[in-house]
Amino acid sequence: MRVALSVTCVNDAMFPDTGKAVVTLLRRLGVDVAFPAGQACCGQPMVNTGYLDEAVPVVRNYLETFAGYDAVVTPSGSCAGSARHQHDIVARRSGDPALVEAAAGAPPTYELSEFLVDVLGVVDVGASFPHSVTYHPTCHSLRMLGVDDRPRRLLEAVRGLRLVDLPSAEECCGFGGTFALKNADTSIAMGADKARHVRETAAEVLVAGDNSCLLHIGGMLSRQRAGVRVMHLAEVLAAQEGAA
Amino acid sequence: MTATFVGMPPFPEAARAALADTQLRSNLAHATATIRAKRAAVVAEVDDWEELRLAGAAIKDNTLLHLDEHLVALEAALTARGATVHWATDAAEACAVVARVARDHGVDEVVKVKSMVTQEIGLNEALAAEGVLAWETDLAELIVQLGDDLPSHILVPAIHRNRAEIREIFERRMKDVGRPAPDDLVDDPARLAEAARLHLREKFLRARMAVSGANFAVAETGTLVVVESEGNGRMCLTLPDVLVSVVGIEKVVPTWQDLDVFLQLLPRSSTGERMNPYTSTWTGVTPGDGPQEVHVVLLDNGRTRALADEVGRQALRCIRCSACLNVCPVYERTGGHAYGSVYPGPIGAILNPLLRGVGTDEQVDSLPYASSLCGACFEACPVRIDIPSVLVDLRAQVVDAHRAGAPKPEALAMRAAAWSLGSGARLGRLERLSGVVGRVAGRLGRRTLPGGRRALGRLPGLGGWSGARDLPAPPVESFRAWWRRTDGGRTEERA
Repeated sequence: MRVALSVTCVNDAMFPDTGKAVVTLLRRLGVDVAFPAGQACCGQPMVNTGYLDEAVPVVRNYLETFAGYDAVVTPSGSCAGSARHQHDIVARRSGDPALVEAAAGAPPTYELSEFLVDVLGVVDVGASFPHSVTYHPTCHSLRMLGVDDRPRRLLEAVRGLRLVDLPSAEECCGFGGTFALKNADTSIAMGADKARHVRETAAEVLVAGDNSCLLHIGGMLSRQRAGVRVMHLAEVLAAQEGAA
Repeated sequence: MTATFVGMPPFPEAARAALADTQLRSNLAHATATIRAKRAAVVAEVDDWEELRLAGAAIKDNTLLHLDEHLVALEAALTARGATVHWATDAAEACAVVARVARDHGVDEVVKVKSMVTQEIGLNEALAAEGVLAWETDLAELIVQLGDDLPSHILVPAIHRNRAEIREIFERRMKDVGRPAPDDLVDDPARLAEAARLHLREKFLRARMAVSGANFAVAETGTLVVVESEGNGRMCLTLPDVLVSVVGIEKVVPTWQDLDVFLQLLPRSSTGERMNPYTSTWTGVTPGDGPQEVHVVLLDNGRTRALADEVGRQALRCIRCSACLNVCPVYERTGGHAYGSVYPGPIGAILNPLLRGVGTDEQVDSLPYASSLCGACFEACPVRIDIPSVLVDLRAQVVDAHRAGAPKPEALAMRAAAWSLGSGARLGRLERLSGVVGRVAGRLGRRTLPGGRRALGRLPGLGGWSGARDLPAPPVESFRAWWRRTDGGRTEERA
């Protein structure tokens, strides 16, 4: 199986360690993931702000880059959701039948926890991370993809990791892409409550499957000097801290 | 009582004011959490809930597909049973019909059972202009009306008020419009309900004309249905001589069998009850029993516009249960007034633009953006309205409506972003620039974030972000640069 990594524009530019963690993790599990250099973005920022015409070349680039692979894996529930639910809309908007066909025939884009649990069939990925962790299920992974408890099962199998339940875990953190800027006050009000719930857990690390949500929650926690760090699920699953 | 939504600012501005209202935040957080828990418990009891949702959506879709036929059938059945049917294209036409009936009977007051649609068309204000007072008889609507306030929730219009505020409103205002509040009123729910009951009883027994909406209109028999939980609907629908019901054209269901599905879906989704307390049905005029003159106003007011919208037409499935409001993290914090309409929350964010059209009113155009697209509304909706998808589609309609003319800064930023994000090479060049910023921040940055990265200072133009959130400095090396330098980490592993 030829598997390509779609690292996402946010991770590529801002969180390279997450991408590296995915590579480390997948190699450990015997998957030699490819990184097609043409990749850039899934188009979601444009689509969700209403700029469909602008999204056309971005989606075209995505579809061209990953055509020919058997599967695409991405460390983002939101970008996987965009690939699976929005590319078809953008392709139809373009009026280009070839692009519509490319979207229909594109290889499946899996969010990381789906790829690990469903495609590779593993739950124990051989990780070791002796810290207290709370997990925030991001909205798009939960409701657009339906990843359900896959990330939790992966985390529960990590050596030394103590998983603490996050109160009101399934409530949105308030990031929402350009919502965070266009409706900044409401976004921050939502983030303040999420940050409060994170603090209530007294966990050392907040984990999620989307770095954009973590950029928002982590940004608030750090502004509050909360003493909590945020980490992408991939980085925890790649960790082998103190492993024998 | 002149409060209206006219002149409300766009959502972000209205939300900012609401977010600072601590009483509102506290009332809403408490009320929505209570309803959410009740709903979740009773929905979990139903084994075939998902099948019921699918059935509800399918019945509505199929009815909307043949709406013209069902409406004509409804009109024929209503007329055969002695009702007078009026067709209204817009709010003005509908209000004129109700005002004319009031004038014909020489009444100067009407009792109303809570109805969203009469608020949508501004009926109370239109009647007031004709010298006719409209008394709201639903407890929460009474609170809103007495408080010169606006409704902020579809089902619980006074959700933003707590019992102490309600007692104060009753004490201050009841005496101006009828039977005063008891002298020894306290903020105990039962005592407050009793005060409302005594105050309203006077009006019920006096009124000669009533105005209602309808939750459903059954075409096969010409039967209107009102679903409420206080019994005030029953009073309005049986005591007066004249009854006018204003009904949106999307309320029609073909048969009683179809109604069955919605009477299962609605109470569990709205009040979190297994069964609705007062379900009233009436069919035209029954000689010697109840109103002897029955009018039904079938209202469009933008519904055919919504029906023409391929993605958005599913919003016409809505049965006004307000489950989407109660689960919405935006609504819970801003409350309903920020949406500037009697239809607030997620459904309001799509319904108002669909009914009114986008591209002409800044307030309406702001509504599709009043969501983080978290999808909790879609999950809760008993008729499976995919609100996030409709929101995204409406955003595109808003942007498209403004494509002619000078582009706004946002449009320019999006074009630039799309260009940069349209190729790996272009994104890579940008990342080399951001790497320089990262290197400088690494030397000059004064704060280290949890986990070890340097913080970026406040950024010009990004105050909306950096006002409340730290931002890590960009990394010196992007992922793609690392991959190229190390052959995907292989040379690093060997080293």
